[in-house]
Amino acid sequence: MSLTELALGDRPTSMTETSSQEIPLRVSSAKTRKKNLRSAAEIAVRAKKVETRNIDFFYGSNQALHGISLDIHEHCVTALIGPSGCGKSTFLRCLNRMNDMIDETVVRGDILLDGVDIYQRGTDVVELRKRVGMVFQKSNPFPKSIFENVAYGPRVAGVRKRGVLDEIVEKSLRQAALWDEVSHRLNDSALNLSGGQQQRLCIARALATGPDVLLMDEPASALDPKSTAAVEDLIFELKDTYTIVIVTHNMQQAARVSDQTAFFYEGRLIEVGATNELFTRPKEKQTEDYITGRFG
Amino acid sequence: MSSAISSRKQLTNKTAAVGLRTVFESVIHVVLLACAAVSIITTVGIVFVLLAESLQFFREVSVWEFLTGTRWSPLLKPQHFGILPLFCGTLLVAGGSALLAIPLGLGTAIYLSEYASVTVREIVKPLLEVLAGIPSVVYGYLAVVFVSPVIRDTIESADLFNAANACIVVGIMILPMIVSLSEDVLRSVPYSLREGAYALGATKLDVTLGVILPAAMSGIMASCLLAIARAVGETMAVTLAAGATPKMTLNPFEGIQTMTAYIVQVSQGDTPAGTLEYRTIFAVGLALFVSTLVLNIAARWVLLRVQEKYE
Repeated sequence: MSLTELALGDRPTSMTETSSQEIPLRVSSAKTRKKNLRSAAEIAVRAKKVETRNIDFFYGSNQALHGISLDIHEHCVTALIGPSGCGKSTFLRCLNRMNDMIDETVVRGDILLDGVDIYQRGTDVVELRKRVGMVFQKSNPFPKSIFENVAYGPRVAGVRKRGVLDEIVEKSLRQAALWDEVSHRLNDSALNLSGGQQQRLCIARALATGPDVLLMDEPASALDPKSTAAVEDLIFELKDTYTIVIVTHNMQQAARVSDQTAFFYEGRLIEVGATNELFTRPKEKQTEDYITGRFG
Repeated sequence: MSSAISSRKQLTNKTAAVGLRTVFESVIHVVLLACAAVSIITTVGIVFVLLAESLQFFREVSVWEFLTGTRWSPLLKPQHFGILPLFCGTLLVAGGSALLAIPLGLGTAIYLSEYASVTVREIVKPLLEVLAGIPSVVYGYLAVVFVSPVIRDTIESADLFNAANACIVVGIMILPMIVSLSEDVLRSVPYSLREGAYALGATKLDVTLGVILPAAMSGIMASCLLAIARAVGETMAVTLAAGATPKMTLNPFEGIQTMTAYIVQVSQGDTPAGTLEYRTIFAVGLALFVSTLVLNIAARWVLLRVQEKYE
């Protein structure tokens, strides 16, 4: 099996096909998803999109991450799980240097995106964040129209032509499975959308800058079950195009959507492996205790 | 056991202690109500006096003449009672000071909220509060001994007392108000919006101009309106700095008179109470009151709209 065949996955869903489908169908596809998770062998053949080597992270004198080394493979979903305060969000925010905005933080170690160290001197953080998009726990649409929310990234990147913006906005909204719900009211305020729609709008907004990697910090934790299912389905479809890293509190969610799972505990990476294996045959005692609900 | 019984008794029997407590509670209630009533009664009283005295004034001078007349000379013969020159003076000072203070104040607020480090902010904010605490008579004095000579050196035709003096010092007076209110509004824009924009590859300027400012716009407008209301009501500095010649002019280098300065002039002078000349200050006071009230209501309306937008 060639890499391209693998990348297309066993679900042949091109974007145009997706958009012509009715939304309810997508929710019902939840049952079939588990089968489609990639195995350890399937993950291993894919290129390493992001490599981290011995990451230490400090908030002032408080060390939040201890020597994290984790490879994130192209076109896979990597889930970061662990109890609150274990450092999974901090790790995620290192990958697009969002932690730069917090005063008195120090990162040590190497983070390579396509083999290039993103913390080396002279890195253009603006460019990095266009390639590594992010979706946050609480949906944070700008108090602007739906259109302007999605067009914001391309606009700050210098896209001015209305035709090009129209195209990007439509494509991104379709990818985020929101187009059919909002296409007739793109000029409405984004704040009038429901919680689930707002979060999918934020995903569309992140996709509009054309990233390779999508970071998601508990993207469904504030959503109702139906919206959660919609977002999970979306993640599943997007992995054929993007590389996704998702932080989640919800172990069922990690088991449903991710190919690879990394378990963090007290700032350390305890175990990482193919999701199917990690949840059925954890190697470490702490992982087993956590996934069986003995703590956390 | 016995204590349980006695406490059960207290629930039903009205003892002296319980009665005293009830009385005490109602006394407190009344005292606090009285405190609140003082400010309400004062407001009502002031409005009543203004209206009553103005009514007397308007028996002799028509409202139309008062509002549209372009000459104001109640103390000299022939008397004219057109408030427009005074209104024009107030407008000139308020407008000029706003023109100075709004860009400067907004720039400072954006700097403090988005760009400045914590250390800088902690130094600048108390300094601004000091600026806000300087008595307005000091500003008026500074306008006369410092600002005016500088202006007259630059523009030779300028009067010793002129509107530009007043604009500059009143502008500086309302600056802390604009900075502090606008900065509060800017900082109240949720942090998650900044994060969202930065995560899309926006620069600091993109985030500030494209996301933060539009989100805070209504609050900023409200803070500017409140500052303008303050400039309209400002008295001491303009009385000292702007002169005492009511004039229909938009030239800031001429001497003018504002509504507030006129009221000072008459209250300080030897105009006998109860005369028509004396009553002019109530009519002018009423006009002033209505102006600032409108500005305050406008500011409140703008603020309410922003709250609706967020919820």
